[in-house]
Amino acid sequence: MTTDVLVFGLFALLTVVPAFFVVFSRNIVHAGFALLFTLFGVAGLYAILGADFLAVTQVVVYIGGVLVLVLFTVMMTRVPNLRRPHRGLDAYVPAGIFALAVFVLLYMVITGTKWPSSLPAKPLPSASEIGVNFMTNYLFPFEYVSMVLLVAMIGAAILIREQKLGASADDPADETGQPTSAHAEDTPETNEQATSADEEDHK
Amino acid sequence: MSVGLPQFLVVGAFLFSLGLYAVMSRRNAVGMLMGVELILNASNINFVAFSRYVEHGIDGQILAVFVIVLAAAEAAVALAIVLAMFRNFGTVHVDTVQRLKR
Repeated sequence: MTTDVLVFGLFALLTVVPAFFVVFSRNIVHAGFALLFTLFGVAGLYAILGADFLAVTQVVVYIGGVLVLVLFTVMMTRVPNLRRPHRGLDAYVPAGIFALAVFVLLYMVITGTKWPSSLPAKPLPSASEIGVNFMTNYLFPFEYVSMVLLVAMIGAAILIREQKLGASADDPADETGQPTSAHAEDTPETNEQATSADEEDHK
Repeated sequence: MSVGLPQFLVVGAFLFSLGLYAVMSRRNAVGMLMGVELILNASNINFVAFSRYVEHGIDGQILAVFVIVLAAAEAAVALAIVLAMFRNFGTVHVDTVQRLKR
């Protein structure tokens, strides 16, 4: 029983303490690396709860995929410190009060509720059962989610694609192409909206 | 003290509150996304804990797998938007960017 508490405490701390750095760190790169430990701690909690497949999925998808993407984006979008607008205390205090109130409310609900005290079932290897369920009870959501992934992938590729070299900026057919900031300054644009937006920027 | 359902729920509530604070107070778009990831992880902890202690089944874990997949899709699209934003405006500060196109 004590090893139970010890292991749970270890992974709970590994989850909660880096989460503080994710939220409060001034440096967004530090926040990204703290997120790594938080996600790892959550994977440990899954393992304690007997969800072995989910723990491995968490490590593979979150730490191997999402986190690399996040760190990539953080490092590609770094802004020099001077250009960051200064923010007063009023930007943090209402958010802090609201978040604290939500936590206190949730804590009161959790501790005040009589949870069913039945002993948990002995955890079994869950991978095969999840796989069977994906192919039987959850077949439609499974296929639907794969469609969502495909659409998200295509959407992301369209969003970040560079403007094609062949297509000039004043090609009326090319409506989705976004001019890069370097080119937008000196290329003439026939698009009404784009020029007016440019003028707005120069004011 | 023994480890039961409430302990896991408290960890989940904690992660949720921290994520909520990050989404509300951070003005860096990537920082806000990190807050969203914290919130989704909190919900996943709750799903798995309830599936273990109350439902004694596997349905909660399957829902958690779907949440992970959708979080990955969300992160891909959102980070693509952030990159497009940075290319067009040179910043990822969400208060200074009010349009998606120049």
